[in-house]
Amino acid sequence: MNLSMKWLADYVDVSDINVKDYCDRMTDTGSKVEGYEILGEDIVNVVVAKIEKITPHENSDHLQVCQMNVGKEELTQIVTGAQNVFEGAIVPAALPVAKLPGDVTIKAGKLRGVESNGMLCSIGELGLTEHDMPGANNDGILILGDEYADKLGMDIREALMLEDKVVEFEITSNRPDCLSVVGLARETAVSFDRGWTLKAPVVKGAGDGDKIENHLNVRIDAPDLCYRYMARVVKNVKIEPSPLWLRMRLRAAGVRPINNIVDITNYVMLEYGQPMHAFDYAQLDGSNIIVRRAADGEKFKSLDDIDHTLDNTMLVIADEKKACALAGVMGGANSEITDKTATVVFESACFSGPSVRVTAKKNGMRTESSARFEKGLDPENCYAGLERACELVELLGAGDVVDGIIDVYPTKTAPATLTLDADVINHFLGIHVSEDYMKEILKKLEFTIDGNKITAPTFRADIGCMNDVAEEIARIYGYNKIEASAIRAETTQGGRTPKQQFEVDLSDLLCDIGLDEIQTYSFISPKYYDKIRLPADSSLRKSIVISNPLGEDTSVMRTTALPSMMEVVARNNNMGNENVWLYEVASTYIPNGEGELPTEGKSLVLAAYGDVDFYKMKGVVDEIAEVSGVKLSYTSYSEDSAYHPGRCAKILVGDKELGIIGQIHPLTADNYGMDIPVYAAVIDFDILFAVANRTKHYKALPKYPASTRDFSFVCDEALEVGSIFDAVTKAGGKLVEDVKLFDIYRGAQVGENKKSVSIRVTLRAADRTLTVEETEKASKKILGDLEHKLGITLR
Amino acid sequence: MREKLQNILTEALDAINSGTDLEQIRIKYLGKKGELTAVLRGMGQLTPEERPVIGQLANDVRAKIEEALEGAASAFKAKQLEAQLKAEKLDVTMPSTRAKLGHHHPLTLVQRRLEDIFIGMGFSIVEGPEVEYDYYNFQALNIPENHPARDTQDTFYITDNILLRSQTSPVQVRTMEKQKPPIRVVSPGRVYRSDALDASHSPLFHQFEGLVVDKGITMGDLKGTLESFAKTMFGENTRTRFRPHHFPFTEPSAEVDVSCFMCGGKGCRLCKGEGWIEILGAGMVHPFVLSNCGIDPEEYSGFAFGMGIERIAMISYGVDDIRLFYENDARFIEQF
Repeated sequence: MNLSMKWLADYVDVSDINVKDYCDRMTDTGSKVEGYEILGEDIVNVVVAKIEKITPHENSDHLQVCQMNVGKEELTQIVTGAQNVFEGAIVPAALPVAKLPGDVTIKAGKLRGVESNGMLCSIGELGLTEHDMPGANNDGILILGDEYADKLGMDIREALMLEDKVVEFEITSNRPDCLSVVGLARETAVSFDRGWTLKAPVVKGAGDGDKIENHLNVRIDAPDLCYRYMARVVKNVKIEPSPLWLRMRLRAAGVRPINNIVDITNYVMLEYGQPMHAFDYAQLDGSNIIVRRAADGEKFKSLDDIDHTLDNTMLVIADEKKACALAGVMGGANSEITDKTATVVFESACFSGPSVRVTAKKNGMRTESSARFEKGLDPENCYAGLERACELVELLGAGDVVDGIIDVYPTKTAPATLTLDADVINHFLGIHVSEDYMKEILKKLEFTIDGNKITAPTFRADIGCMNDVAEEIARIYGYNKIEASAIRAETTQGGRTPKQQFEVDLSDLLCDIGLDEIQTYSFISPKYYDKIRLPADSSLRKSIVISNPLGEDTSVMRTTALPSMMEVVARNNNMGNENVWLYEVASTYIPNGEGELPTEGKSLVLAAYGDVDFYKMKGVVDEIAEVSGVKLSYTSYSEDSAYHPGRCAKILVGDKELGIIGQIHPLTADNYGMDIPVYAAVIDFDILFAVANRTKHYKALPKYPASTRDFSFVCDEALEVGSIFDAVTKAGGKLVEDVKLFDIYRGAQVGENKKSVSIRVTLRAADRTLTVEETEKASKKILGDLEHKLGITLR
Repeated sequence: MREKLQNILTEALDAINSGTDLEQIRIKYLGKKGELTAVLRGMGQLTPEERPVIGQLANDVRAKIEEALEGAASAFKAKQLEAQLKAEKLDVTMPSTRAKLGHHHPLTLVQRRLEDIFIGMGFSIVEGPEVEYDYYNFQALNIPENHPARDTQDTFYITDNILLRSQTSPVQVRTMEKQKPPIRVVSPGRVYRSDALDASHSPLFHQFEGLVVDKGITMGDLKGTLESFAKTMFGENTRTRFRPHHFPFTEPSAEVDVSCFMCGGKGCRLCKGEGWIEILGAGMVHPFVLSNCGIDPEEYSGFAFGMGIERIAMISYGVDDIRLFYENDARFIEQF
């Protein structure tokens, strides 16, 4: 809402307050100011001047030399290129050094050798449009009317009423009453603790014995969507431009002047916050206005010439045959005010907010009117708005107001009546003010007060409970005067849950060991599933689908976080970043039944390229296992098409599947434009937390020495080291403290498809030094089992 | 013999001092076939009275030679070590070999910081679904269907009544449904709004909301809590400013500015010359919301507040483009 300070001055005098202070205080009391603009500030040294004499330019066919009367004894010579000037014309002249909008400076100079002491101005050069100055043409100099003949030398800003200050308010949706000059005048008066005047409009009426009943009847068929409908008729209308002062007020408010009748509707909306509509009476079929729901499929052309197809949730203002306006949103082309309009119907009505909102949204046209209605307007304001419009008609001499008012008002809603309890409010806000002080504020805000019963004014539908009243008092008293206090209540035990703490710890671990954390969008493109080569029949392809996505790229909620990670990996590779290790604690969304919320889970996704191989990535997973207090096992897995079939494993805890680790399949990598090995692991965070054992328990340090035995075998390439370890651990039983791989060798000496595996077994008993015999016995058992179960013998 | 011994000592010490091969000197004088041994062998010719005297003298000579030999040996070793160490001199200006340190995402750093501050004030962290029912995201929060407040939060819908939460406030509702006061919780998390991605908008961002419900909670408490938070987060000299605002789920409502921590409130580029930075929305929980969650507004009151984690990260670290957070360029992440 742009507020003209000149307009405001009709209601409340704030001439003693500088605009910055005004804005600050208004913000403090709840009418947030976004900024302000000083109109006319960019025009300096432009005056009303009269062309006394025009002579041709000696060196140019299209230039003319004008002798200007700028209100001084001697004439000023100005050269102009405009063709619409004539002797006797009154025009704006910029005199050196002058400033014009757009940072233009006008200095004295010579034009083709002839001295020119300024410039004659067009409307565009003054920052005006053809709407602001009807009849003026932007191609020529602005010709002012003869009414300016006695104003030669007057500053053009004064002559054209260009000076104003405009304050831009951001009005919250609960205060549609403040989307008006009157509403803001009221807030201004309360904020600065001063009086203000709201005069009731006075309409004389034509007084010719004619009555509105001779012209019009109104019927409301949908009282649930239309709370009140008022109308008046104006006859003998002369459509013409509005006077300058009215145009300039509309301009300051950011509204384009059209003609006197349309301007009056806009003026009243801005001034009173009451959206108005004007119909051309001659275009109505019959004399009945019917407020009804549209028929499904009913056609309607709005006055911006756009065709709409309506449905029966929408409210229309219709005559006996057709819809003439989409209630509260926009009028119809069929009954638009034109130059030929002779009789006008002014509508001042109150429609249901949600209904207007839906209608405007469905038809894709949010207007100044719908934006006000959708917030819920005061039916009581219809009368004042209508009367103000008719008062302006008479003031402007735009027509004769037919006597009588139509007022269909099916349901009145009473404003909230509450009990004022000063103690409760003081305690709730943490302030100490008297009940009288509270009542004083409420009175200024036009609450009715009867003892401790308070009734909100009708325009304050937002007031419904004690909190609302408390806010009124707090905002006028001053939020910043409320003293800060410490919560005086039962103490609470704050903190993270074990699962939240677990996530923090894992995240810290991964950073500690060199991985960078990333955060990616939870929504992805369904095509991302193809990029990771997810099988066509995979259940993971069933995602939660967003019905109104911004684009395909963000249209489904991911069921796996690998694609998001791969996008980031590829982006880093494209950026030329080397040796990149990344992780994300990523959310996933697995759909459940129809109408149910999905299961939201978390995955730990790791990925790296550069200085990485399978075992380095596995090392990271093993560190995670250590922090989680779980023992992991890995089984080779070749069924996940995202991964290299020979370099991929399932990660298990016992027989519970925890995740997957491996090299990204070269074809998958290729889908991301990567031709270097990428390794990744995806771990189900929720399962990991469920199996994690983070309680620490001290185990006595060994008191007795250990014996180590080294064994080297040659075995088939296909035999997994893991199975050798398992066999050793099983064979050695309790005595086996540790098994380590210390060498693996492949080469001509061991033969094709063979490898030499060297392990070191550490044996120890907790309660004694192992004897040579015991060690020997254990070694023999280990070797026996290896030969017996795996068919491998010492080298 | 006395003389002989004296000569041996003098010769030997001279030899040691002149630095010739110490082992040879030892053999020459002290060895089995050495000169001192030879002299001792001649002891038989001495008188019984002379024998102990000469014996003592011979022992003294041996001890002195041995001592001199040891001293020379350790001096030699020290010299050798010194030479070795000199040869081992490193170029300390050569680059280090560092263990690669990982980096938290800046949004995580900010979220953790916020969490830790409020944990210190007795708050717990609560979480809730991101794919949420319309009821929790809007209706329970006093935003019925077709309420204009829905316009300010352009929402992604899954079905008519399931959506991507546009705020973390539904977690507050779920918390109040489950838990009796006293309630003191913060709910960080992802929220979704249908804003096209540009330098200052992202269709997904993070909010951090807080909720306190108990008997006798006042608006002064809200101010006290947020002022204390602002001082911890942005520095002891930080001031706060509360401006009336409107949120459907709080009444009274406020927008909260903190004094610019770059310029201290004088006005700079960060605060756009205002001296203040808007960071929070807050207010007293609307009684409608309380009673919706089964909490009697006559008995209990509460306050709520919320802020954007991206916004705090952007102003704290001077990040001028929100997209950087989701591009995850390692060169960006590694700055934090």
